[in-house]
Amino acid sequence: MANPANIRTKPRKGVIGRLLRMLFGYFPVLAPVTVVGILFSSAVSSIPALFQQRIIAIIEKWVESGDWLSAKAEIMPLIAILIVLYVLSILLMIADQLILAYVTQGFLCKMRKTMFDHMQDLPIRYFDTHRAGDIMSYYTNDIDTMRQLVSQSLPQILRSGVIIATVLSIMIWYCGWLTLLILLGVVAMVLVSKKFGGGSAKFFRRQQQSMGKAEGYVQEIMNGQKVVKVFCREEEAKADFERLNEALCEDSFKAHAYANTLGPVIGNIGNVLYVLVAIVGGALLLSGAPNFSLSGLPISISIIVPFLNMAKQFTGNVNNLSQQINSIVMGMAGADRVFSLIDEEPEKDEGYVTLVNTKVHDDGSIEETAEHTGHWAWKHPHGDGTTTYTPLAGDVRLTDVDFSYDGEKQVLTDVTVYAEPGQKVAFVGATGAGKTTITNLINRFYDIADGKIRYDGININKIKKADLRRSLGIVLQDTSLFSGTVLENIRYGRLDATDEECMEAAKLAGADDFITRLPEGYSTELTNNGANLSQGQRQLIAIARAAVADPPVLIMDEATSSIDTRTEAIVSRGMDSLMEGRTVFVIAHRLSTVMNSDVIMVLDHGRIIERGSHDKLIAERGTYYQLYTGAFELE
Amino acid sequence: MLKRLARCIGEYRLVTFITPVFMLGEAAIECLMPFIIANLINEINAGCEMEKIVKNGIVLFCLALVSMACGGAAGFTAARASSGFAKNLRRDLFARVQDFSFENIDRFSSASLVTRMTTDVTNVQMAFMMIIRGAIRSPLMLIFSVIMGFYMGGPLAGTFVVVIPFLVAGLLIIAKLAMPTFRAVFRKYDRLNESIEENVMAMRTVKGFVREEYEKRKFGTAAEDIRRDFTRAEQIVAWNNPLMQICLYFNMVFIMLVGSRLIISSTGSSLGVGQLSAILTYGVQILMSLMMLSMLYVMITISAESVRRIAEVLDEESALTNPENPVMTVKDGSVDFEGVSFKYSASAERYALENIDLHIGSGETVGIIGGTGSSKSTLIQLIPRLYDTTVGSVKLGGRDVREYDLTVLRDSVAVVLQKNMLFSGTIRENLRWGNKNATDEEIEEACRLAQAHDFVASFPDGYDTMIEQGGTNVSGGQKQRLCIARALLKKPKVLILDDSTSAVDTKTDALIRRGFAEYIPETTKIIIAQRIASVEQADKIVVMDNGRIADVGTHDELIRRSDIYREVYEQQTRGGGQNGESGEHQD
Repeated sequence: MANPANIRTKPRKGVIGRLLRMLFGYFPVLAPVTVVGILFSSAVSSIPALFQQRIIAIIEKWVESGDWLSAKAEIMPLIAILIVLYVLSILLMIADQLILAYVTQGFLCKMRKTMFDHMQDLPIRYFDTHRAGDIMSYYTNDIDTMRQLVSQSLPQILRSGVIIATVLSIMIWYCGWLTLLILLGVVAMVLVSKKFGGGSAKFFRRQQQSMGKAEGYVQEIMNGQKVVKVFCREEEAKADFERLNEALCEDSFKAHAYANTLGPVIGNIGNVLYVLVAIVGGALLLSGAPNFSLSGLPISISIIVPFLNMAKQFTGNVNNLSQQINSIVMGMAGADRVFSLIDEEPEKDEGYVTLVNTKVHDDGSIEETAEHTGHWAWKHPHGDGTTTYTPLAGDVRLTDVDFSYDGEKQVLTDVTVYAEPGQKVAFVGATGAGKTTITNLINRFYDIADGKIRYDGININKIKKADLRRSLGIVLQDTSLFSGTVLENIRYGRLDATDEECMEAAKLAGADDFITRLPEGYSTELTNNGANLSQGQRQLIAIARAAVADPPVLIMDEATSSIDTRTEAIVSRGMDSLMEGRTVFVIAHRLSTVMNSDVIMVLDHGRIIERGSHDKLIAERGTYYQLYTGAFELE
Repeated sequence: MLKRLARCIGEYRLVTFITPVFMLGEAAIECLMPFIIANLINEINAGCEMEKIVKNGIVLFCLALVSMACGGAAGFTAARASSGFAKNLRRDLFARVQDFSFENIDRFSSASLVTRMTTDVTNVQMAFMMIIRGAIRSPLMLIFSVIMGFYMGGPLAGTFVVVIPFLVAGLLIIAKLAMPTFRAVFRKYDRLNESIEENVMAMRTVKGFVREEYEKRKFGTAAEDIRRDFTRAEQIVAWNNPLMQICLYFNMVFIMLVGSRLIISSTGSSLGVGQLSAILTYGVQILMSLMMLSMLYVMITISAESVRRIAEVLDEESALTNPENPVMTVKDGSVDFEGVSFKYSASAERYALENIDLHIGSGETVGIIGGTGSSKSTLIQLIPRLYDTTVGSVKLGGRDVREYDLTVLRDSVAVVLQKNMLFSGTIRENLRWGNKNATDEEIEEACRLAQAHDFVASFPDGYDTMIEQGGTNVSGGQKQRLCIARALLKKPKVLILDDSTSAVDTKTDALIRRGFAEYIPETTKIIIAQRIASVEQADKIVVMDNGRIADVGTHDELIRRSDIYREVYEQQTRGGGQNGESGEHQD
């Protein structure tokens, strides 16, 4: 909520215009209807002064004689018109409010969907450079401020604007002198609210910052609460927090003190204005000074009374307007951030080689088919109009690959790796040596700077990303589980997998054992990213997920790091059968995990410094040997 | 629940109670003003002298000033009271969590505690401010206005008899209908946001499995669902404005019609034009107060959930308490488990530890080996009373740990937790957690023993190097060694390492253990490890399996008779490496 990084001071230009264009674009009929409705009902709510003036004039005319019947004949038609206008305005207002609720929520829903859909298409780089908390605040804080903007502030501006304009015209119609007086008062109000409003905004920003600091501290201490207890540091923590808490309290106090005082001050400027209108009006009336007005009516009590009410209405609405300023600025900043997400460049995909189901004829020729055959091939259309089919095998070759995330710091240099179908290739090296980066390049989360990566002989840049990734199964160190049952989570690997296939995959991964012991077995609901499971259990589910996807190439990035060696030994048989016949890339800290690989690559600062089988590397007595004997420390 | 929270008002009681008093002043004046203005208008109308008009004007002007002062003061005190109240709430919450036992900590996720101390407290702060400003003012304003209306307008005030019950009923119905709908929508909204967060965190998985379109569909359905419910809820609330307007318009028509008749037929004797205008103002004030009251009602109901969540933490009793006459000294570092069984919560079906009998002599080195879930960590956490046993007793220096003063106990038993943490601050500050008054020499000595001095000294800023939140700027192995040094600074009687050298290379690991044997021989050392090499030379090794002690013995004894031990050993030494694996155990 309070994230200082999110407080951008000035939104870009044109935000409000873009927002309005979107709003009217989404609701080409309803949005204008709402505007018209608001215009009319606001205008109606500001005209009673006209009727008041007329009626008081009539009262003045008949009050001496006390002839109600004659007065009634004059008053009744006026009241009748007023009632008709009122009824109309209320009907419009009801329709208007209902439509506004519909439009607001519809608009927010469209915004959410647009953001989410666009986000799905963003490259991984975006998620590496933006914190999850910041992205989330687009969906929570920023959408909330936009809701405020669309459902409250914009209509309120329209409403107050119309009322101010109408009342102002009526005032000028009746009496220029008094209008001038009221305008002077409004200037004073604007000046005061600028002063107070500015202070309030400043301290609200400060409040947000100190809230962010306090929140950060609380987060750190709560996460390490057990350590705090073990070291008996409770009192120190309390004292540290007290300081941050005090600062937050002071800023919060100042922010609210400014905001709270603004209302009464403005309101009472209105009151003073009211009194001045009465006195000046009285003086004008008594002195018989000439009126200066559009209507040409002389100053009378029938003008002064409605004027008093108009003064109230006028200042009240100026006040309303001034109170919207804060939420408009915030809403625009929110909209600006939302737009910045929508404007992010989506992941590009120029691939044209696709993965298709095939039938293999007896003569060895391959034919494309729509049905699920279990045989796959790369469909490769060529420039000359011909199409070739290459059977999916899982042969991955990296040749002299260079890569850098930021264009400055070289992460990989001259990396060459040949992985033949069915081979198990392991990467070993310190954190930051570039192991995970290699796998990120194979599935094209990132694109290489130089060199070549070929999948079954095809440059992966030519393969459609979706199809490339479908042919690769990844199991990451940090398992992401989704809200839903265990079964649904396994099925994420292949959406059309049957329950039996999912359970079969779980058995293969060695996950079946613990899953069946969960309270509801495979139907156990996982919440909060599977918080109720241990890290090791989560990894087993992730392996099952990859197993059900059944890809020819498997990438295991620290996939068993949290499974203890004994359990790993137990599940290793399942893992072995899972890996059988597949090309597997394994990244692991634990050397027992990689020992039986066909080839082990030792990476150091982005270069492959040793390669070979376990026995060969041990015999070489190099870095791998030192790691193996524990003479070196990883990370 | 409210009582518990009310205690947090504390030193802000005065400003809290004075706020409604100021508000009262403001309300009274606001109700008085139309009355005087009515006179003013009548005077103008009657063509009185300017003097009289000015006199009334000055009175009004002064009233406006007083009202401004009252309103301003109330705004000020309300801000003071509410921000102070929020501060006390946060302070009490934080302090309460500091007094939590491990058992209490397990019950609340840290994220939920953070939310309670930020969002929930802010909600309560806003509600509190609205209550002290509005809860007295609005009803009083309502009553004043009705009385003044009847006093001045007589039969004209009859319109209030119609309008007030109508508006009250309308607002109540709307609030009653809207509240449950809103509550349901907010729950759904929270879930929607959770699922977005899930998606963001899982982006690699989503893209890896090419599930973008699937996720879009899933989200689209959920978003539409929210839209429908939100629209329904907001459309209920949308009736508020028209309802209000109906009442305003009714007042207008009624007062104009009946008022003009009254004035004319009484030839101005029972009612003047001034009163007519005043009563319209009272009408508006009455409606505004009602509207305010309904907003208060909604605000209070919404914040009730936050109040409940805050009270839940404040009311949580710490499961561990200091004994009445605590023992303040620990004789030696001997540790005895006598018939100990333990489960994490009373309702848990399974015991995490069962029938543990274990005797560790002062100064001994003990290794503990066992698979994930064998309750190794649980066992050692009973020694510094991070948890209390369910059955049996744990003794330190011959006395039940429950007899010691908690601080004394925990200062004598240093645990390096598996899920360890450094905090933002310099390395030196972090190390001083072990001993506030540690000299630089002592710090250096501890670091040498933990094999941390060399790498710390190699940093440009040495011991003044800043550690970032979560300790992300040191490697896993370095972090573990700093954590050991921090524990050593306590000069404990018992030192417990819970898988604390998993990321340290075997050579350094061995150096650390040798240092322990050499420099702190009288300290009891309990070492939980994944690597056999880390415990091989211990005086005794405990093999844990499924919450029970499977075997106790020296390395050689266990190789001979314990299947589990041998299995682990062979697995780690398979392939002929001399020292077993240098595996990393990451958690």
